[in-house]
Amino acid sequence: MALPRIRIGRLLAYVAALAISAFVLAPIYLITISAFSSFDAVYAYPKNLLPKEATTETMRVFLESDGITDSLRRSVYVAAISIIVCLAIGTPAGYAIARFSFRGANAFQLALVSTRAFPLIIIAIPLAVTYLRVGIDDTVYGVAMAHIAFTLPLTVLVTASVFAGISYELEEAAMTLGCSRLSAIWRVALPLARGGIVASAIFIFVTSWNEVFAAAILTFRDRTLPAQLLAALDTSPLTYRLAGGFFLLAPALVVIFIIRKYLLTTWGRVAR
Amino acid sequence: MADIRFQGVRKTFGSFAAVDGVDLEVKDGEFMVLLGPSGCGKTTLLRCLAGLERVDEGRVFIGDRDATDLPPRKRRIAMVFQSYAVFPHMKVYDNIAFGLRMQKEKKALIDERVRSSAELLHIEDFLDRYSSQLSGGQRQRVAVARAIATKADVLLMDEPLSNLDALLRLEMRAELKTLLQSLDATTIYVTHDQIEALSMGDRIAVMNKGRIVQLGNPLEVYDNPADTFVGGFIGTPPMNFLDAQVSSSDGAATVKVSGGSFEFPSDVAALAGHDLVLGIRAESIGVETAQGEGLVRAKVIVLEPLGSHNLLTVRCGEDTLKVSVNANLFPLADSDVWLRLEPARIRWMDRDTGTVIHSGAEELATETAVVIS
Repeated sequence: MALPRIRIGRLLAYVAALAISAFVLAPIYLITISAFSSFDAVYAYPKNLLPKEATTETMRVFLESDGITDSLRRSVYVAAISIIVCLAIGTPAGYAIARFSFRGANAFQLALVSTRAFPLIIIAIPLAVTYLRVGIDDTVYGVAMAHIAFTLPLTVLVTASVFAGISYELEEAAMTLGCSRLSAIWRVALPLARGGIVASAIFIFVTSWNEVFAAAILTFRDRTLPAQLLAALDTSPLTYRLAGGFFLLAPALVVIFIIRKYLLTTWGRVAR
Repeated sequence: MADIRFQGVRKTFGSFAAVDGVDLEVKDGEFMVLLGPSGCGKTTLLRCLAGLERVDEGRVFIGDRDATDLPPRKRRIAMVFQSYAVFPHMKVYDNIAFGLRMQKEKKALIDERVRSSAELLHIEDFLDRYSSQLSGGQRQRVAVARAIATKADVLLMDEPLSNLDALLRLEMRAELKTLLQSLDATTIYVTHDQIEALSMGDRIAVMNKGRIVQLGNPLEVYDNPADTFVGGFIGTPPMNFLDAQVSSSDGAATVKVSGGSFEFPSDVAALAGHDLVLGIRAESIGVETAQGEGLVRAKVIVLEPLGSHNLLTVRCGEDTLKVSVNANLFPLADSDVWLRLEPARIRWMDRDTGTVIHSGAEELATETAVVIS
């Protein structure tokens, strides 16, 4: 009696899953095939849902456009700097919150969360003015600094919860077996936190790679890819926009795909 | 190989004194059990010895070294944690090898020690597995193997068996005792399980509220508790306690409890003038089915057959007692029985302080113990 009901439930779940997947995947698919189609195919109507012939013509034109390779390179630098600095500061901070009780620990965590409540628009003008005064406008480091400011609070919170989930007794056991406090962290806590740290890195990368607002107001000539695309959007042909869209999409997807196993499994057991 | 000395050790958390002035000496190669209810400070004391907690006052000596300010890695100890603390990101082999690698031992020696430790704990077939692929009992074995692999001077065990199911615990208890006898490391073993303490320890330090209330070999602690706390904590069932008065005339004394009175055939000068508590173990009370000389009447409340013997709960005046009787004796509920409180087995305590008062009439189990060697 109960069996058909369960089957209907599962069926609905699958239908919902398919619908959500289609909703997410359809634009990605269309952008991708357009980016590898010829000009004619891109402008053709009705659209071809299957690519007729793959060509790098659209891609080549996009990559040869003014400033694209430079902005691509800058985007990579900004993302890399953001990840390195964010993890270098955020991981120890997260560890400290998880392991030590210090005055104001709770207030500190609340402050971290509340940074997310400030819309960027409010601080955009003062930020741009400050950057101009200090003279770090139009630099890779300046943009990276803004991205670090956006992502660091969440990095701290995520790593804190990851470390909190790792029993301190494991580190104590390492200490009784010959580790110092630091080497116990290095040999036991950090390897166990790897999944969470990798997740933070992905988050930082995706945020930085796709971040457009700060990048657009803090740079004027030397822009990152999203800022460059934004600036050129209304004056460029459809093919350019589609190829640009593909470049914003693809790296994030590839990165997530590659390190997905660190997120889902750790040492033969599926993590939370 | 090392002896251990605690000198006036105190450890407080906020205003709470977890360990409140402990002096304890453990001999080289001895198996010392720290026993007490949860929150009595036994684990804190162990962690002070391991260097995982800093003592607030006092000194800790391991061997001839003052270890008070040494970090754990310099104390030449090994520890088995209650949660086992087996590293989940390493295979069993690497877990056992961890301490040896930290000591930068040669590869061949590490391999030999890992394999011999694993064999002692019967886990040699699991060396390639991760801890998530092991049962609780196997994980426990990995934790012990890891601790003994480094051949530390001192082995610390924090309730190592308490997460195992009852049958496994019984099995592991005997196995662990055999293993530790063969290692001759000084062992400090923390448990709240009094049966574990009695069955494993060379000596037991019973702790309560941050202090050691009694220190002695298992038989002493069981048979001659220092106060009502120890008597009530150790033994299943715990010792019976009855309020009592003693009056003496012509060299003989009469003991009056709420359920009746009986003769106490000894000089009781030490007992006169005290408000007393009479303590007696369930197996030291004889049960008769008919009234007689020196017997106290009681009413059966419930009978619990336990196979090897029957456990009676009886009402004697205002007191409720637990009494062990022969497995073939089945008094019905509500029936009357007559109790013989074996005078030589009675322990007297002061009613206000709970501490023992020696009457001089005690027969101690340790005096009659037979040791076969």
